[in-house]
Amino acid sequence: MTVAAFMSQLLQLALALALAPLLVGWVNQCRAWLSNRTPPSLFLPYRTIRKLFMKDAVVAENASPIFRTMPYIVFGAMCCAAAIVPSIATDLPFARAADAIALVGLFALARIFIALAAMDIGTAFGSLGARREMFLGFLAEPALLMVLFTASLISGSTSLPTMVEALAHRELAIYPSLAFAGVAFTMVSLAENARIPIDNPATHLELTMVHEAMILEYSARHLALIEWAAALKLFNYSCIGIALFIPFGIAEGSNAWAALIAAVPTLVVKLAVGGFALALIETASAKLRIFRAPEFLGTAFLLAVLGMLVNLLLGS
Amino acid sequence: MTAVPLYAQLINLLAAVLLLLAFAMLSQRRVLSLVNLYAAQGLALAISTGIVAYATAQGHLYWSAGLTLLLKVILLPGILHRLIRRLDVRWELEGLINIPTTMLIGIVIVVFAFNLALPIAQLSNTVTRGTLGIAMASVMLSFLMMITRRKAIPQVVGFLSMENGLFFAATSATYGMPMVVELGIALDVLVGMLILGVFFFQIREQFDSLDLKHLEKLKENE
Repeated sequence: MTVAAFMSQLLQLALALALAPLLVGWVNQCRAWLSNRTPPSLFLPYRTIRKLFMKDAVVAENASPIFRTMPYIVFGAMCCAAAIVPSIATDLPFARAADAIALVGLFALARIFIALAAMDIGTAFGSLGARREMFLGFLAEPALLMVLFTASLISGSTSLPTMVEALAHRELAIYPSLAFAGVAFTMVSLAENARIPIDNPATHLELTMVHEAMILEYSARHLALIEWAAALKLFNYSCIGIALFIPFGIAEGSNAWAALIAAVPTLVVKLAVGGFALALIETASAKLRIFRAPEFLGTAFLLAVLGMLVNLLLGS
Repeated sequence: MTAVPLYAQLINLLAAVLLLLAFAMLSQRRVLSLVNLYAAQGLALAISTGIVAYATAQGHLYWSAGLTLLLKVILLPGILHRLIRRLDVRWELEGLINIPTTMLIGIVIVVFAFNLALPIAQLSNTVTRGTLGIAMASVMLSFLMMITRRKAIPQVVGFLSMENGLFFAATSATYGMPMVVELGIALDVLVGMLILGVFFFQIREQFDSLDLKHLEKLKENE
């Protein structure tokens, strides 16, 4: 492990922590523009997090340690994920510790703790949200794994940095399997990040909320960490998408300082475009009934499996 | 990875699109969209036949492509649209099995078809032999659609799209059938469609609906 690799790892983690709320702010701003509203400030998520950190936390009387530790576990899991996903460099000492499958496990860990903490207090909304979250999770996870398997079949490895290097250097050809996987990944990301066809991030309407229902009981620094973790989750999913489908411009090899510096603006541009696309999807579609969600995620799973099968059959 | 020529990539892409359209038809709830998907499938088929014709310099395949375009993209969907308008059946919804289950069965069928096609494809020496599996899969998916749908029009669309799959299989395995056979099949499909169109009216006249479960009864007064 060289010092340079260590530095690029630190830089990537710091960048993820710093940029994640900005990405959320950017998506909110685009959504406001597209629906002809006056957009909120781009830096509103930062201010919200700062405001929440300065408040005093209120914890329910019968809360168990799970409730108190959940924000730290979830935030930690998302930080780990941000360190594993190669967003600006592929020479990451930390990424060797876990491959794409372990990454899915990391997301599952965060999901399980959020659901446990939501049920811990014993309010009706918490249990309802937790149930829905696990229901969506068990449909979304296989689809996400299939997408990652398709990319690993093409690149011959399940380690994300190796996948990025292989995918960035393949010759320019039409890959129907990657196109299928890309569409499936977009659908799964929408579901996993509580975005509009499945869940509305801006709603507090009792009957439809999923993610918001689970964190209703949290306040102050706990809530700040959860919000930050949610932003990091969106950032991580965007970076996985970038790494798999548009991996060009990520710094490779060790001691590539120039490439590392150049990778940062590339990443920002890609995220800005991706965020705008997300806002466009959210504005153009209506929220599905919860019982239609299996169909939505079933289609994602189908596309991912088809991508893998087509790749096996045609080798492309 | 070895370099794959552009036309082979395009054929692979269109084959993937055909498979996707077969699944879209399987999961479609509205009759009108079903007919439009059928037209799109015909279009993909015509384009891929045209590309095969160009890549292998087989003159008669251009005729096949043109015939496909005329018959399966313009004529048959046109007839189906007219039938739907005159029968006034736009909202047919239910299948025998719910849609996610149908799709899962579809995936199993695709795996089966791919395995089935693998040894056959090795016997063939065309550039498009890899897509034989997709052709077989789309034949079987259309078959599944005919099994799971209860109403008359989706079953007919399933029958027509099965013919699309067979055509694609012929193109990918042996560069198409002889012209006479192809013309014969095209005429058969057209005549079959016309006769089935008359049948629709007869069925509705008799039972006041296009639900085919009425045809399963043997006696009139049960």
